[in-house]
Amino acid sequence: METLDTLILSRIQFAANISFHILFPTITIALGWVLLFFRLRFAQTADGKWMSAYRFWVKVFALSFAMGVVSGITMSFQFGTNWPGFMETVGNIAGPLLAYEVLTAFFLEAAFVGIMLFGFSRVPGWLHMLATFLVAFGTTVSAFWIIVLNSWMHTPQGFEMIDGVAHATDWWAIIFNPSMPYRFAHMILASFLTVGFLIAGVSAFRWLLGDRSRDLRAALKVGVSIGAVLIPVQIFMGDMHGLNTLEYQPAKVAAMEGNWETQTNVPLLLFALPDEEARENRFEIGIPNLASLILTHHADGEVPGLNDFVAEDGTVLHPPVAKVFWSFRVMVGTGLAMLLISWASVWFMWRRRALHEGRIAGHWMAVEGLPKPILFALVPMAFSGWVATLAGWYTTEIGRQPWLVQGVMTTDMAVADVAAPLVLGTLITYLAIYAALLVAYISVITYLARKAAKGDDGRAIDMDHSGKAGVLAITPAE
Amino acid sequence: MLPDFTNPADWLPWAFASLMGLSILVYVVLDGFDLGVGILFPLAVPEDQDKMIGSIGPFWDANETWLVLAVGLLLVAFPQAHGMILTALYLPVFIMLVGLILRGVAFEFRAKARDHHKRLWNRLFFTGSLMTALAQGFMLGLYVMGLDQTLATYAFAMLTAVFLAVGYSFIGSTWLIHKTEGALQLKAVRWGRESLWGVVLGIGAVSLATPLVSTRIFDKWLSFPEVIYLAPLPILSGLLIVWLWRMLRAMPFADDRRSWLPFLVSTCLFTLAYLGMAYSFYPYVVPDRLTIYEAASAPESLFIILVGACFVVPVIAAYSILAYVIFRGKATALRYD
Ligand code: HDD
Ligand code: HEM
Ligand code: HEM
Repeated sequence: METLDTLILSRIQFAANISFHILFPTITIALGWVLLFFRLRFAQTADGKWMSAYRFWVKVFALSFAMGVVSGITMSFQFGTNWPGFMETVGNIAGPLLAYEVLTAFFLEAAFVGIMLFGFSRVPGWLHMLATFLVAFGTTVSAFWIIVLNSWMHTPQGFEMIDGVAHATDWWAIIFNPSMPYRFAHMILASFLTVGFLIAGVSAFRWLLGDRSRDLRAALKVGVSIGAVLIPVQIFMGDMHGLNTLEYQPAKVAAMEGNWETQTNVPLLLFALPDEEARENRFEIGIPNLASLILTHHADGEVPGLNDFVAEDGTVLHPPVAKVFWSFRVMVGTGLAMLLISWASVWFMWRRRALHEGRIAGHWMAVEGLPKPILFALVPMAFSGWVATLAGWYTTEIGRQPWLVQGVMTTDMAVADVAAPLVLGTLITYLAIYAALLVAYISVITYLARKAAKGDDGRAIDMDHSGKAGVLAITPAE
Repeated sequence: MLPDFTNPADWLPWAFASLMGLSILVYVVLDGFDLGVGILFPLAVPEDQDKMIGSIGPFWDANETWLVLAVGLLLVAFPQAHGMILTALYLPVFIMLVGLILRGVAFEFRAKARDHHKRLWNRLFFTGSLMTALAQGFMLGLYVMGLDQTLATYAFAMLTAVFLAVGYSFIGSTWLIHKTEGALQLKAVRWGRESLWGVVLGIGAVSLATPLVSTRIFDKWLSFPEVIYLAPLPILSGLLIVWLWRMLRAMPFADDRRSWLPFLVSTCLFTLAYLGMAYSFYPYVVPDRLTIYEAASAPESLFIILVGACFVVPVIAAYSILAYVIFRGKATALRYD
């Protein structure tokens, strides 16, 4: 009983820590590239609005980066403090992947982020741009390595077990394991969507506060466009990812669909309350045949059912159904909301431009076109990327249970022998700190947005309408 | 001490122990000065506080990464030891992590939050730095005591906790002497003088305790002829301490010459003390329980990491140095433009 409690508490603690951590890399991965874009546009056009946009968003970047770093350090200690069995069993594979992440990514970003943030007036322009590029590149590489490891835990290959310890036999197979390309692409897209909606949402907020500056218009359009262009790609990628999962982790897909019996003509459930005691769903509402159609591309395709994953002796070998089922729906629902809002925004902005061709020539879209309700909807969507990302990871990770490494080791094999009250104590402290930091993070972003809306971007010079004022403003201050 | 270089199972663990030792040392010196500046932070007036932040702003993140590398190497090269050490140190590790979280985020928040919140973040910046230093000192003490958990070892660990925090303040003030000028620099010189005792006591306590706890270590140091070979280590350390003391009484020198010297000398001192410890514990990774050979992962996995490390570590060193060169000179308040 003792170890069971430690197990559950450790799992909750791990989930809490990684959920908190992932929020910030999700922002920094794509925001790095967006900042590079702002920086390059400024170098290209010498238009101060790009620099103002850069200056605003680089603050958000710095903040997110610091949050990502400190929570990441917590993550790297977790393996030892709570999950020693993980490294003892698969350390020969997980170890090199984590080591490569530290060596090729963490040092790169950590060293150049200083130059990117504080070096603007100290280094030549090309070096500043190079530093910005290297930081963006570093965050992406670090996402790559960690996703490789995580995907390997879902679809392990390229190793052999000797005396209960995994030994690598083929590194190529380990790195390019079957689910890695899908998971990596889906995650990077998730990051861009999160950032797109964050930029759009915060900009809409500033617009509603009466801010009409040019950098704000530029940022809003960039944010909405990222969302509108990438969300269909993401939905397509998500579908591909699901097909891949069907092949390698059918129990997870069965839980995602809430499908108990292996059968044909499976409906897509919009609502249901999966009941694991009774092994059936209550209050089902579904669209006939659609799940079969999506997963097999035939209306009468066969979809695996959860009852196939119960051993003779009654041991359940599939993940908890309701959690996976609902996490998946939250993710897809958020994705659909993103599609609706970003396309509507683009359409209104484009139509307004089309109607006022002459006055705002040279732009594809006019922010004036956005009706109030859409602006109001964009504001809460600022953090929709977080919701979808967390929901997606919960689907993925809970869907792998009871396995820690699919088919190789279960989660309870890895847990540390630490007293349960100790884990409970640290868990509560972590949760309190995380809650406080989240509140602080969101309120600082709101505060920065309000300050910017008042025209105070931290410098005296107003660079509203002429690019020249902007160029003057960035000559070295010290 | 040298392994058999024809046998991978023999030299790979040794190479990884060295690499890990190196990154812990680099971490202790580099993040040591960051944390020290954080501990000294409340002693300065508000205008100077911005300069203190400025003196570590572009570096602290990369400095902290050496800790990630060290833990990473422990994790990948000696998985069993990693589990044993970190489970035994569960609570101090947790306190250190909370400290690192507070320090890191307070740093960013204080620059962006509204003015009346700045005081709170300043306080958290100090608290985080202090917690981290104390927790690390506590872990050092327990490690020296062979990870035994008794009242006596806890008492010793409390002592090392305080000494390490004061020691970090010391190296932090030598960093400030180099990076600041005027009144703040004068203050830093004073702080340096006042915290040197922490370094002396810390090194003294660990050097005395280590051989007393373990007869193996006692013999390693005090049997003949080792005692002769090793004599330079304490003698050199003593000389460096005297040099530091005399320098700090005379500083700052005219025209701010050699303002970097105290930092350099304290780095040498930390290195000597560290080498002494490394000698004591080698070849054990968990004192008197687990050697690096027993704890090592499979050679093929270690090899693939080593190949990468040989290429990457020099590059990391190069661009870390580049960052220090770009932000050389006296610190100013930090700006994003
Ligand atoms: C902005 C974020 C976002 C959005 C809008 C979506 N996803 Fe997603 N999804 C993720 C963010 C995400 C994620 C957090 O990044 C996950 C977790 C692990 C991963 O690789 O991606 C994920 C996982 C994930 C999985 C589980 C993969 C597994 O078995 O491990 C599937 C099947 C989908 N997604 C499918 C979709 C579909 C059909 C979407 C249609 C709207 C969708 N996702 C939108
Ligand atoms: C970043 C997004 C991630 C999120 C939100 C996430 C979330 C979760 C959750 C919720 C669990 C608990 C499952 C359960 O208790 O039923 C879990 C388990 C686990 N995940 Fe992840 N995970 C993420 C990524 C990763 C990555 C990248 C790794 C590995 C490198 C990883 C390793 C693990 C391990 C070791 C466990 C086992 C402990 C446990 O069951 O709680 N996760 N994760
Ligand atoms: C068990 C899992 C994980 C561990 C142990 C871990 C560890 C870390 C550490 C130690 C850092 C700080 C690096 C520094 O000092 O600069 C970090 C940052 C980062 N992590 Fe994680 N991480 C995990 C999961 C993830 C996941 C799932 C992702 C994304 C898909 C991710 C992406 C990043 C990125 C992009 C950074 C760069 C810093 C930032 O932008 O905040 N990590 N991680």
